[in-house]
Amino acid sequence: MSAGAGGSPLGRARGLGSAKEGVGHWWAQRVTALALVPLTLWLVFGIVTRVGAGHAAVVEWIAQPLVAIALILTLFATFLHAKLGVQVVIEDYVHGPFAKHVSLLLVTFVSFILGAGAIFAVLKIALRG
Amino acid sequence: MTQADRPLSPHLQIYRPQLTSVLSILHRLTGVALALGTGLLVWWLAAAAAGPEAFAGANGFLGSVLGRLLLLGWSFALFYHLCNGIRHLFWDAGFGYEIATLNRSGWLVLVASLALTVIAWLAAYAARGGS
Repeated sequence: MSAGAGGSPLGRARGLGSAKEGVGHWWAQRVTALALVPLTLWLVFGIVTRVGAGHAAVVEWIAQPLVAIALILTLFATFLHAKLGVQVVIEDYVHGPFAKHVSLLLVTFVSFILGAGAIFAVLKIALRG
Repeated sequence: MTQADRPLSPHLQIYRPQLTSVLSILHRLTGVALALGTGLLVWWLAAAAAGPEAFAGANGFLGSVLGRLLLLGWSFALFYHLCNGIRHLFWDAGFGYEIATLNRSGWLVLVASLALTVIAWLAAYAARGGS
């Protein structure tokens, strides 16, 4: 959609936030929140009913294709949601420009590293065949 | 710059805690706690991927007193953040802003998250056969 001067007021304002990305962060936080409602309940149920189960039973559960896919989606949404949330907390409470940017970078890196590690663990179990 | 004579944001030490403000900060606190707690989930998955010995080690720690205390705090944080997150989604959709509704949904969130925590732990102990 063109954002020319002749467009509607909404069309002219769209995408013109301070960082030219409008409500992207806010929206992503809500989309991941909505996805995590069923995914989290499913994961907690899956883990709670396997408390005390041995390695073989847990691996057999994770290796099922639908379980592995749902787990990967849960992990992706979880780490994105956590990264977006902690970012806001840092922006609110950490004020020095150096401390703020270092902690924001750290949160981004740690979120992606943990997320990649967790998803790799699921894939390793699921693809063992 | 002259200091304008205008209302300031509430000072935490003299601002009387209310259900709404306490639940609001609790949402943040549980969110940060859950972000830290993801490390536990990653460790558990990595241990499962590494093999039976690593998995037994992770399960041994999680089943210890310290492990159970961490999981208790983490499970309440998770259920609270989940329930209050749904409350937030209703606000985002434009519903539930009346003071009476805010207090009612706040208490509902507290009761629901405590109930879900108790149910999850009863189910977990049942799955373990009572130990």
